[in-house]
Amino acid sequence: MNFFRRLVCTARRRSPWLFHMNSGSCNGCDIELIASLSPRYDAEQLGVQLQGSPRHADILCVSGPVTRNAAGAIETVYKQVPCPKAVIAIGSCPATTNVFIDSPTLDGPLDRHIPVDVFVPGCPPRPDAIIRGIAQAAAIVAERRRTAEGSGCTTEVEA
Amino acid sequence: MTQTIALSASTDALLRLLVFPGLLFAVPCAWFLVWLERKAVARMQQRIGPPFMQPFYDFVKLMSKAWPRREELSGAIMSFWPLLAVASAAGAVGLLPVLPNSGGFAGDLILLLALLEMPSMCLVAAGFSSRSVFAEIGSVREAILSVSYNVVFLLALVSIAASQHSFRIEALAQSSASPLRWLGVAAILVCLPGKLHLNPFSLSNAEQEIYAGPLTEYMGPELALWELAHGLEWVAATGLVATLVVPHFGPAWLPPLLFVAAIAIIVLLLAFVAAATARLAIDTSVRFYSRCALVFAAIALVSALWIGGKL
Repeated sequence: MNFFRRLVCTARRRSPWLFHMNSGSCNGCDIELIASLSPRYDAEQLGVQLQGSPRHADILCVSGPVTRNAAGAIETVYKQVPCPKAVIAIGSCPATTNVFIDSPTLDGPLDRHIPVDVFVPGCPPRPDAIIRGIAQAAAIVAERRRTAEGSGCTTEVEA
Repeated sequence: MTQTIALSASTDALLRLLVFPGLLFAVPCAWFLVWLERKAVARMQQRIGPPFMQPFYDFVKLMSKAWPRREELSGAIMSFWPLLAVASAAGAVGLLPVLPNSGGFAGDLILLLALLEMPSMCLVAAGFSSRSVFAEIGSVREAILSVSYNVVFLLALVSIAASQHSFRIEALAQSSASPLRWLGVAAILVCLPGKLHLNPFSLSNAEQEIYAGPLTEYMGPELALWELAHGLEWVAATGLVATLVVPHFGPAWLPPLLFVAAIAIIVLLLAFVAAATARLAIDTSVRFYSRCALVFAAIALVSALWIGGKL
């Protein structure tokens, strides 16, 4: 049993699949996230893959200060990611709403809506920092239980 | 006596399905091919690429994720498709004559073709049964693409088989290569990117564009089975070409090695095409395959007349 537990931990740590969500970002952090997968930084060495569907992902990467429009969508997408999962807030916007603070169009920062595990600050953060954040989030996912009581980790499916 | 023969035949078939060249051999082989393709694409983009164990880690991780709980019948149907896809892809690999004199039966090529087509049909059905808009778009694209490349694919295989007067894979593997056979192999190679959803024919699972295509709603262990089915499809489809290309000779351990080497070369070729091209739209893809069928048919007809005239 112990062996299987360790195998699962290793597999989760070494295979973080991302789903990227823009919640009103200026695109700066989005570009840096893509750059971390590009030939110069090559996050695929860590097993990182950018997935098209939140159902396939382990880690939800959110950029942007969370506009009012995006708030509901973020909660929906967070529920669609299967457990165990982690959330990375990429850039200063989801952490503090940055220069947009006190704007009437915002409903941020991000941790008012979903629990955030790793903050990667910067405006925008460097790809190295994003990759470090992904590695930390993957280590967090590896230690999490599939059905964590108390952590409120649920996965919703339609039908 | 007949009972013993029947029993030994069924044990033999079971061994082929489960051990060699079936599941026990094909699953590591599938992971190796998936890794090789990702690594080759990465190297061509001047990246380092994923570590060797990556497909295995992906599989274990997906297996350890949360089970989706779907109570209704549609949920049960949704979970059934990946199982069927894995089973039929494994069956297709089990039919390949990797070892010389490995048996087989008359007409097993037809069964192989049917089993090869099953994962793609499962994918179409899965997309529709998951009732997501993006999955349905992916399914429609997959269905259209499958109809268009299968014209070339099936005609190529039928012409190879007809030229050797046999629908038995073993007999095709042992017979000597003719110009028509090389033409058929070329036609099959052109179909493989479509069959394996690779660029430039990756439009059915066009990632980001329509989320994840037919698999948008799948997650966890079900997704792991889909990935496994796709890997096994790699082995079966490239293995079919390897069977037609690599002759059986030498000691018994040599053909399996040659087989793996041949499929690795085919995978590198496909990865090269995938890395060098961009995704085509559905009308361009269909037009490409219909023109392909025309060109190959014309060459085959001309060569048949030419060879027939010489004889």
